[in-house]
Amino acid sequence: MDNIVAGIYEAWNLIITFDRELYGIIGLTLVVTIMSTLISALIGVPLGLAAGSSDFKGKRILFRVVHTLMSLPPVVAGLLVFLTLSRRGPLGSLMLLFTPTAMIIAQVIIITPIVLGLAEAAVKAKSKAVYETCAGLRLKRSQSLRLLFHECRYPLISIIVAAYGRAVSEVGAVMLVGGNIQHHTRVMTTAIVLETGKGNFDTSLALGIILLAISFLINSFIWKFQEVS
Amino acid sequence: MSKNRLIIIASLLLVFFLTGCAAPQPLRLATTTSVNDSGLLEHLRPAFEEETGITLQVIAQGTGKAIETGKAGDADVLLLHARSAEEEFVAGGYGIERIEFMYNYFVIVGPPGDPAQVAGLSAVEALTQLMEAESPFVSRGDNSGTHMREISLWEKVQLTPAGDWYIQAGAGMGAVLTMASEMQAYTLTDKATFLAMRDELELELVVEGDPDLRNPYSVIAVNPEKHDGINNRGAERFIEWITSPEVLDMIAQFGVEEFGESLFIPLNQ
Repeated sequence: MDNIVAGIYEAWNLIITFDRELYGIIGLTLVVTIMSTLISALIGVPLGLAAGSSDFKGKRILFRVVHTLMSLPPVVAGLLVFLTLSRRGPLGSLMLLFTPTAMIIAQVIIITPIVLGLAEAAVKAKSKAVYETCAGLRLKRSQSLRLLFHECRYPLISIIVAAYGRAVSEVGAVMLVGGNIQHHTRVMTTAIVLETGKGNFDTSLALGIILLAISFLINSFIWKFQEVS
Repeated sequence: MSKNRLIIIASLLLVFFLTGCAAPQPLRLATTTSVNDSGLLEHLRPAFEEETGITLQVIAQGTGKAIETGKAGDADVLLLHARSAEEEFVAGGYGIERIEFMYNYFVIVGPPGDPAQVAGLSAVEALTQLMEAESPFVSRGDNSGTHMREISLWEKVQLTPAGDWYIQAGAGMGAVLTMASEMQAYTLTDKATFLAMRDELELELVVEGDPDLRNPYSVIAVNPEKHDGINNRGAERFIEWITSPEVLDMIAQFGVEEFGESLFIPLNQ
């Protein structure tokens, strides 16, 4: 119990003292997770929209693979990126290992299947009704797609929020390809692992509380944004 | 039918409960990742369990966490290599006594060809030269035994490393060695982990054998008066066992066949 109270106290202290290292870690966490969520959404949502509203040969097997990749362990995704970007790997000459870019690549691999798989399912559930309406209104294909997107906006936002949640709570991949280097690739989750390893349980808990607070703000922002638009 | 099933489940639970009481309490050993990664404990464990009938549960953690585990009474005995932190632990009444029983050496490893020309220097001379040349150096940065030793070496020459060349990793020994190999940087490592990973790394040994790099390991029984349920008898038995001449011989033999030298040197040799 003492540890938990100390954690809350420490979280408050870290925030109000404007600890520079902490704000650097928060900044990098936001850059990495927002970038990876954005890229995954840009890939997954259009493809999910297209696949959910049509049928093509091989779709079943393709989506069985996508759904399997939804449970890809982050460490395995990290390992694949690590081996590709390693000095001995095929893209070693790019010198991207242990950089924030490598962390974003690994997270995109983890969360794109989630966005794609869930978006396809969400769109499929609505596409029939929407297309019947569109046919009745004699709308063009591009207009129908826009209407479909509009009709699916709530589940799609939930999907993106879930994908962001996966990115921000993930530790295995960013630890492996980022290396948890101070002032360079250290994010909230790897900092929590490090502080726990040092036995600084209250600092770890404080970082966890701050991480949740950030997620709360981001979620509020996304839903607010949707209400306005 | 369901009543019968209930009776069967209840009697099975009773059997499990009774056998649980009869078996000796398992011994929880908290140790650091570097000890565990070398494979020494896996090598010794079967012999200990056979001889004493006590199940040994090894918890491998960072040094700081291992000490916290001991303080919280979640382990019965500690096996560590961070003298000042251990002395503090015993002085605080959390442990009974610090018993050194083996050692090995830290070494400095670096890129092939030794671009900073530190081979043959002493440890502090090598670090000073790396700092002057701003050669990339990966630090554990995690308050582990190895990290504490690195800090004490910098303190000895009153230098404070900082800058782009000094990479604070915040990761375990294996991860840091991989990182140093990828970045072609220098690092301080325990020799056992380096030898065990050597084939995977593009690194070579540049500084070794300096008395400043001696790395003593010790065992500490957790003080049973601090918490209920500490298996002090098991801990005493383990310490007596691991410091016995036969087991120290086993430690001396460990790794000789694979690496051509002992990974850990018992204090009786």
